[in-house]
Amino acid sequence: MSASAVFAESAPMRFRDPQIEMAHGAGGKASRKLVEGLFAPLLFGAAPGPLGDAGQIDIDGTKIAITTDSFVVKPLSFPGGSIGKLAVNGTVNDLAVSGAKTEALVVSYVLEAGLSTQVLETEVRAMAKAARDAGVRIAAGDTKVVEHGKADQMYVTTTGIGRLLPGVIIDPRSVRVGDRILISGPIGDHGITILLARGELDLEADLRSDTRSVLPLVESVIAGAGPGIRWMRDPTRGGAATSLNELARDCGLGMVLFEDQIPVRDTVRGACELLGLDPLHIANEGQFLAVVSPEYVDAAINALGLAPGGYEAQVIGEVREQPAGTVLVTTLYGGSRIVDMLVGDPLPRIC
Amino acid sequence: MRYVDEFRQPELISRAADEIRRLAGTERHYRMMEVCGGHTHAIYRFGLKDILPENIELIHGPGCPVCVLPMGRIDDGLAIAHEPDVIFAAFGDMMRVPGTQGSPLEHKARGIDVRIVYSPSDALKLARLNPDKHVMFFAIGFETTAPSTALTIMRAKAERMRNFSVFCNHVTIIPAIRAILDSPDMRLDAFIGPGHVSTVIGCRPYEWIAQNESKPIVVSGFEPLDMLQSIVMLLRQLKAGEAKVENQYKRVVPWEGNRAALKAMAEVFQLRPYFEWRGLGFISQSALRLSDKYAEWDAEQRFEVPGIRVTDPKAAQCGEVLKGVLKPHQCKLFGRECTPEHPVGALMVSSEGSCAAYHNYEHRKAAMVSLSSIA
Repeated sequence: MSASAVFAESAPMRFRDPQIEMAHGAGGKASRKLVEGLFAPLLFGAAPGPLGDAGQIDIDGTKIAITTDSFVVKPLSFPGGSIGKLAVNGTVNDLAVSGAKTEALVVSYVLEAGLSTQVLETEVRAMAKAARDAGVRIAAGDTKVVEHGKADQMYVTTTGIGRLLPGVIIDPRSVRVGDRILISGPIGDHGITILLARGELDLEADLRSDTRSVLPLVESVIAGAGPGIRWMRDPTRGGAATSLNELARDCGLGMVLFEDQIPVRDTVRGACELLGLDPLHIANEGQFLAVVSPEYVDAAINALGLAPGGYEAQVIGEVREQPAGTVLVTTLYGGSRIVDMLVGDPLPRIC
Repeated sequence: MRYVDEFRQPELISRAADEIRRLAGTERHYRMMEVCGGHTHAIYRFGLKDILPENIELIHGPGCPVCVLPMGRIDDGLAIAHEPDVIFAAFGDMMRVPGTQGSPLEHKARGIDVRIVYSPSDALKLARLNPDKHVMFFAIGFETTAPSTALTIMRAKAERMRNFSVFCNHVTIIPAIRAILDSPDMRLDAFIGPGHVSTVIGCRPYEWIAQNESKPIVVSGFEPLDMLQSIVMLLRQLKAGEAKVENQYKRVVPWEGNRAALKAMAEVFQLRPYFEWRGLGFISQSALRLSDKYAEWDAEQRFEVPGIRVTDPKAAQCGEVLKGVLKPHQCKLFGRECTPEHPVGALMVSSEGSCAAYHNYEHRKAAMVSLSSIA
């Protein structure tokens, strides 16, 4: 949750749910209601405008992007990543899709008494490596310890500040009819990897989390198609469907996706078919969505294709006037369905 | 992906759609009920309504186990969950279904130990891992899931597990279809038969529908091509003035059913004299309970069950929607008081519920200028 920081009076609270449920942390509809109904009015005052992945502050004429993210993933490590790697990349990515390069991170740990030092060391080393890989300095930190049983091993919060990259303006209100919707690679790898890593299902698959810094891809697409980029978002909790629904609502237009163009690995599709999940609702930790004007779409795909790890980027849909405020998926044979934000929480604590 | 992509091939689907248009003509209206909630979900998820001619109307049937469960049963199950050291285990589908005091998930947020399991045997595993707790599995489903519950109970008995029980809400499909056919406000031409249930019970139990009621029924798979082919088969019967049971889902459904599964059910369960169905009322011999030799694993015998009866909220028209008399959006609460985030009725909760399917996949499409503009 971030918004332009302004000194504003509190606005009336509109959040009516009597208690906090897991769904309020799932990144879908309930999360949105909590943020817009409680946090935003009380912290930012009335009408903060569309909520992006990072806020912007102005210090003596210098614009800085800032954001924060907490990580409570269970299990701590999984194929392709772990909480340490996730905690660095998650914040780096939130800033990257806001058009900013992370300069420094602040790290905060909540540790459960009884946590093995070896586990902590492994995760801190993973953070150090991820920070080096992303070219980010860890500038400060804090640690708290709670009684055994009052937390689940360890939680990590990272806060990042970033320098705005020149040549791009991210604003959902700049999205126009005819713009194209891009994804940087296959969706759902992270969420399904975590689900399988918990071992609660008797399912096995050769699948790794996509956890990575998307900054190199973002820099590449800005270099190749910067003036055409209207909006970007990393579709973590709630998946691509939730991010696109937020965009649809913020710009008042329809997001039409072509089902056969959406890249999904067979293992992810198979798991989703079995479990009755929609890959569009599954979390990603190393992909981003972009809306690009039609004249820049080829340049954007080329730029992504040339960057390391961007060869699976695809145009998956386009912006239409109708259905306004809605995401619609069309199939090759002429059927279509609405895809709403995630409701409820099929997979708690995936990041 | 094998076994899926073959049944979603655009060329085959458009050929099937052409054949349906040719057979359906324009002269008359066809009302077909898909009995199973899985079919309802598939119809909306694949947007099949967009490719069917207007004179083929699909009526959503009662085959969504979560949807037909009366609220009182949920309250009863949750009352047991409040007993000390009880773990309430259920399928994910159940988690957001409202009881009088909230859904299982809301009870969980208040500190009750509620767990999602993907199979009854996972619930038994939970019991093994928590020997100092009692695991109660809240069982729901038609004949599709009943055999796995039965086998789990047999396993619990064999292992002499004392800390495991089942709160049985299993129901049977045939009496529900009979109740639909007996309903005076129901006019149907044909049935799309439930695929998963039929893997267990086979196709024979439907013969009376063809013979006595003169309605064609085709047991169908769940992929777009399966469903379209089933509609073709039904139209061919109707055009020829025939009424028989046909099996479109031969790759999965044996005509005689699954003997081993039926045997396990017969071993563990017996029919209840009657059971209340949401929207359909009391239907005799329509539900299962644990037989006396498995009483030790029957949660209803091991615990005090309040036996709560709750009437549905007056304004909610779940019953009419369940029977196919009303379309989901014709209910007064649809999309206003009753939404997937705040469901009033179970039809808005389960992914197989027609209200949730309609709300999630369909209802805002009505606002669109024209679907034909979509490439």
